[in-house]
Amino acid sequence: MSALEMKQGQLVLLVATRKGAWLYHSDAARQSWRVDGPHFLGHIVNHLVLDPRDGRTLLAAAKTGHLGPTLFRSTDLGQTWQEAARPPAFGPATNGLEARAVDHTFWLAPGHADEPGVWYAGTSPQGLFRSADGGMNWAPFSCINDDAQYRQWFGTVQDGTPDGPKLHSIIVDPRDAKHLYFAMSGGGVHESHDGGLSFAPLVEGMEVVEGFDPAEISFHDPHCMRMCPSNPDRLYQQNHCGIYRLDRPGTRWLRIGRNMPKEVGDIGFNMVVHPRDDSTAWVFPMDGSTVWPRTSPDGRPAVYATHDGGETWQRQGKGMPAEQAWWTVKRQAMTADKQDSVGLYFGTTSGELWQSRDEGRQWECLARHLPEIYSVEVAYPR
Amino acid sequence: MRVLMPSALHAYTTQPWVEAEGGTVGEVFDDLERQFPGIRFRMVDEQGVIRRHIRLFHQRAMVFDLATPLQADGELLIVQALSGG
Repeated sequence: MSALEMKQGQLVLLVATRKGAWLYHSDAARQSWRVDGPHFLGHIVNHLVLDPRDGRTLLAAAKTGHLGPTLFRSTDLGQTWQEAARPPAFGPATNGLEARAVDHTFWLAPGHADEPGVWYAGTSPQGLFRSADGGMNWAPFSCINDDAQYRQWFGTVQDGTPDGPKLHSIIVDPRDAKHLYFAMSGGGVHESHDGGLSFAPLVEGMEVVEGFDPAEISFHDPHCMRMCPSNPDRLYQQNHCGIYRLDRPGTRWLRIGRNMPKEVGDIGFNMVVHPRDDSTAWVFPMDGSTVWPRTSPDGRPAVYATHDGGETWQRQGKGMPAEQAWWTVKRQAMTADKQDSVGLYFGTTSGELWQSRDEGRQWECLARHLPEIYSVEVAYPR
Repeated sequence: MRVLMPSALHAYTTQPWVEAEGGTVGEVFDDLERQFPGIRFRMVDEQGVIRRHIRLFHQRAMVFDLATPLQADGELLIVQALSGG
């Protein structure tokens, strides 16, 4: 935690939902919360992110049931919003490939600390975009949007998630602005060492659905990938087919989810890493058996924590319902703050917002009756 | 030409009826964009396709193409079709 964050101590939870966005302002102890919202009532807000570099710029990826996608920007914590002049949009047909249209912006990622104003966006269908002016004007980024090989790896709409195939988990290496990662559902994990001029798949060791060939990139379905802030050489990933860890410069993902309890399994959507300890990470398992109910296994929700890089996992459900709670937590809807001890937060598709102030040992419900929660992010405004 | 805007776009126009110039649907949309920046992309995607839940009517007929000519003394009605819950 920076000295400034220590001094202020107050964080804001940015909660994006299917029907708008809410901001929850905490006191220094994270005991009481002041709710601010709804913002954009009725808008489908997939992601709401504060720029950690200036502590002021807030971007919201929004659309409605009727209208096309757009982005909104605020520099006063949501008191006023300005629409992006040029939201992410694909170019005209090229390379003999079919022209595409952005259905929605799904993922927002601030750029490197040395590149103030730079943001990246991932869309559905899969596309990568960049803004150099704090999110006002966006342009297609990198070669991938209109590359014949990547188009094949994107698969079809039928291959994607129920809400459409997505590009997500855009990660900028804090040591090198030109070192980028992203993931796609479906389409695998990809890496660039040249600032996005080129990308290459990084899927070795990742499994695919039984009976399919893991050498085919389009079969890979990473759900969420995180880089450890304390060790940028360590990545964790929750995948359609298990939980993985990758230690660079290695290139082979290790399925650490094999160590999860068999009755729970290692399927889910979330991946959360500790801000200062690269051996500690959390997941929120779901039922990925039979028809993929996407609920808490057996209706008994819990977070699972590892403190040894995935060798062992511990159940953390104290405070949550003991039974008959059929929650789903989407891939952007679980996160951690930077406090000591670390606070964890998740939002459910049934509109509940939960928090733990002690790294998952005890949980309490912070809000109920919200719309379906799509993302939860922690922000430290300045 | 008088253009009726759906409630979802009143955040841009502040009123249901607006005036816009143009001999085709596309030209009227260009004039709407000039007056209300950002509004066109909410109705038409980057490939020039009218979005799925936007419906246009002119002279009591549905319009599906931006190239459709418009009668200067007519009205363009833009409505939002039903779209889930």
